[in-house]
Amino acid sequence: MAAVQVSEAEKVYILHGIRDDLRVDGRGCEDYRHMEIETDVVSNTDGSAKVTLGHTAVLVGIKAEIGKPRPMVPDEGYLEFFVDCSANATPEFEGRGGEELGTELSNTLYKVFNNKHSVDLKSLCISTGEHCWVLYVDVLLLQCDGNLYDAISVAIKAALFNTKIPRVHISADDEGGKEIELSDDPYDCMRLNVENVPCIVTLCKVGHRHVVDATLQEKACSVASLIISVTHKGMVTCTRKVGGGSLDPESIFEMTEAGKRVGKALHAPLMKLLQQEESLGKKHQKVGFLG
Amino acid sequence: MAGLELLSDQGYRLDGRKATELRKVQARMGVFAQADGSAYLEQGNTKALAVVYGPHEMRGSRSRARHDRAVINCQYSMATFSTAERKRRPHGDRKSTEMSLHLKQTFEAAVMTQLYPRSQIDIYVKILQSDGGNYSVCVNAATLAVIDAGIPMRDYVCACTVGFVDETPLADLCYAEESGGVSSLALALLAPWRTDRSAADGRQAPSGPLRGSDRSCHDSL
Repeated sequence: MAAVQVSEAEKVYILHGIRDDLRVDGRGCEDYRHMEIETDVVSNTDGSAKVTLGHTAVLVGIKAEIGKPRPMVPDEGYLEFFVDCSANATPEFEGRGGEELGTELSNTLYKVFNNKHSVDLKSLCISTGEHCWVLYVDVLLLQCDGNLYDAISVAIKAALFNTKIPRVHISADDEGGKEIELSDDPYDCMRLNVENVPCIVTLCKVGHRHVVDATLQEKACSVASLIISVTHKGMVTCTRKVGGGSLDPESIFEMTEAGKRVGKALHAPLMKLLQQEESLGKKHQKVGFLG
Repeated sequence: MAGLELLSDQGYRLDGRKATELRKVQARMGVFAQADGSAYLEQGNTKALAVVYGPHEMRGSRSRARHDRAVINCQYSMATFSTAERKRRPHGDRKSTEMSLHLKQTFEAAVMTQLYPRSQIDIYVKILQSDGGNYSVCVNAATLAVIDAGIPMRDYVCACTVGFVDETPLADLCYAEESGGVSSLALALLAPWRTDRSAADGRQAPSGPLRGSDRSCHDSL
């Protein structure tokens, strides 16, 4: 991630502020920055979403393609994640510079979604053992200002909500094989149920307290962070500790509880916003990057 | 037969435009606060995002620094979801490397690099949606981004892609026209009528398209 140089005096200032539950920009320890979400920004994709969290900007595009199901689970489709840390975010990501961070992010996403409940994979099956829908979830990082995991997970949830998969009709052709026909009607599509899609909450340990949605300056003052993905019911699908420092087991427990609380509270307003945007339908003026 | 489909008898193209009509252009500068300069530009369905960092100290090998001018470093990449068929690699393939080189040469002529010796200017362009005329949209977006960064340029650089069908030049090609077997020419101009860079594909005498693309560049300016 883009490195920020913080002086000792600044570190002390940030530490003391967080100790008193007052961060540099006036937030409390468990408050998020201003978040803006917009779906259907890229018309070439089956579903897309753009999320801006403070200065962090993330664009997610989902393309659905027909592929062969995995041999272990012939009656399910699957998701493929790819995170592209573009040079737009910082010159260090030019060429292959962003590959390391991109691989780390996509591996974490695989772990987060690697369970039976997040996305109903059985609904992505077309014909058992032969054809299934493969959802390619492509994440594009446009600006980095800390807290990438949260922004990416919210964008993925919004993009999955926006995804419209065309309906498929299978007919037997002359030689006894199966022929797949995609419905021509753009409105005849299948939507995904994103109720159980988890959101990731990153908690950074700064001093003796933990903060949610850390900026780059706060990250520079923290020794370790905990990444926890929470569903709307408060169930945890994945937990990871990142950073060079070590965490006390009691702190981990405290941070997990805080993460569950914050994560659970994130889902309801997000779903409400997505449904509101959807209900505006054609009247909704697409802003994208022009606003 | 391609000519019949791409340009009807009444003079209308596939998307209803006339031969010399450009697509709708929408742009915004200063999209990102963290970069030194940024711009977003849409030409019809082609959307590009350009970001400029610099001028700053040379990163990487200091030996590549020029003692009398700035080095311009460009990277062209496409989002994996930008094309109809998903792209596996955003950049690093031959096409992207070639485009990056074209952009570098274009802006080396336009930016007043002699004002910043021993430094580097980075221009990164990302295509969010591709519907023809990628190079032209990139150049236009990058011009706006360089202006937003406050880097002095000799003049605006405007680009347009032109195709040649049935003795008629078609301005601002979309993807269907580009892949319909039409010879195309992409031209980037500095406003006072000097050709910065041109790249031609296909087999055609260049005089017709050159005149046509000259006009379209001025239209887009």
